[in-house]
Amino acid sequence: MSIEATPVTPAQLVAEVTKLKAEGYRLVTFSSVEIDAENMEILYHFDKDLKLKNLRLSVKKGGSVPSISGVLFTAFLIENEIRDQFSITFEGLVLDYQGKLLNDCLTTPQTSPFCRMQVASSGAAAKEVR
Amino acid sequence: MARTVIPFGPQHPVLPEPIHLSLVVEDEKVVEALPTLGYVHRGLEMLATKRDYNQMIQIVERVCGICSMIHSLCYCQGMEEMLGVEVPRRAKMLRVVWSELHRLHSHLLWLGLFADSFGFESLFMQLWKIREKVMDLNEATTGNRVIVSVNVVGGVRANLDESQVRWIKDTLVDVEASIKSLQSTIMHDSTVCRRTQGVGVLTKQAAYDLGAAGPMLRGSGVAQDMRQLKYAGFDEIAFEPIVETAGDCWARSNVRFREALQSIDLVRQALDRLDDTELAAKVKGKPEGEVITRVEQPRGECLYYLKGNGDKFLDRVRIRTPTFANIPPLAAILPGLDFADVPVVVLSIDPCISCTER
Repeated sequence: MSIEATPVTPAQLVAEVTKLKAEGYRLVTFSSVEIDAENMEILYHFDKDLKLKNLRLSVKKGGSVPSISGVLFTAFLIENEIRDQFSITFEGLVLDYQGKLLNDCLTTPQTSPFCRMQVASSGAAAKEVR
Repeated sequence: MARTVIPFGPQHPVLPEPIHLSLVVEDEKVVEALPTLGYVHRGLEMLATKRDYNQMIQIVERVCGICSMIHSLCYCQGMEEMLGVEVPRRAKMLRVVWSELHRLHSHLLWLGLFADSFGFESLFMQLWKIREKVMDLNEATTGNRVIVSVNVVGGVRANLDESQVRWIKDTLVDVEASIKSLQSTIMHDSTVCRRTQGVGVLTKQAAYDLGAAGPMLRGSGVAQDMRQLKYAGFDEIAFEPIVETAGDCWARSNVRFREALQSIDLVRQALDRLDDTELAAKVKGKPEGEVITRVEQPRGECLYYLKGNGDKFLDRVRIRTPTFANIPPLAAILPGLDFADVPVVVLSIDPCISCTER
């Protein structure tokens, strides 16, 4: 059993999403799925009149794909989350959190705009920096 | 004019859960808003690779307490589709009963918090007093007030006897009368109207384009509700989505108020359709393939993508919750508001951050 999904290439993605938007489809979300040690898929779920239409995009782990946030602003949050969780980058992301959407400060040194402290490094050497 | 960045949250009197908004203001007007998440991210989706598909029911129930029953309903429906299980009719109707009781107490909770956000404490207390009667129904019929844990793959694990059905119906008469007694206050009181009418307006087109969900979408005039997909027992139950057109905080609160009353009607319809079939069907095999399933939570559309490989562990559980969908529309309507209206508008999306971050 598998869902119906139209395969798209990175080069086709933005044009296909623009076409769906023009046809009156609403973006529901994307699902990122690990296929094997090196490959992933991103499934884009769209809705119109309660019927789903899916696009399937293959991507290498740690790879890069075009952002659709320029066409559908609501995609910016999903793309930032996928970047945080699966290290896939999105080219042309309109609001880029630089991998800090979920504030995962224990894995990499980073700061947040509202917190005066940061963790300088992880593990035993971790310390608070003011 | 000088710009000032004001941090809103993660701890704020109107926020039941932590989210941060960096608000750029000029004088008292918000000109930019940037949301930040990450305070309650638990990585629950990833547990699918470490807990078998039955144990995952307890995990998805903890994505969010107040939507717990509907999370597990969505997950179980997906598993049932993947495993080819036909759920007995009684179980489908019982799922409607408990999911609508969840919606009812969630909306009463939110209406109370919303009243509290603009300082209407007595309305807040009245609404939460009514909600306690619904929580008593949950506790007496399932053993728990919030995380009722009734769903299993194939059906439900709890039942209602005739005396419980009568008691639920009697209690709902009382709850309905109590909610209706507050109708004129919630819809027409000048304090409520001044703080909510014309505030945080999201147009119909913007709501659709920005991917808004649930009362946020229907409050802007889009008649879309996942219960129209006729999942669980909704295929036999009369249901029409509740819609308002103003797109402001008042419209969103009225959608939820009317949905609370509608949930009472849906519970009654489901109780009248309880038959003598089994509570759960037998489940055989291991999950293989991929499915997408959708339900309507109190905050809106919830989507589960599930992928199995023939093992007892799933390869992927992807959960898209309604508040996640409602954050971009929130970020879009905050600019232009008076700073004093921000708490009311933020609360008007009914933010559920534990759902959002999972």
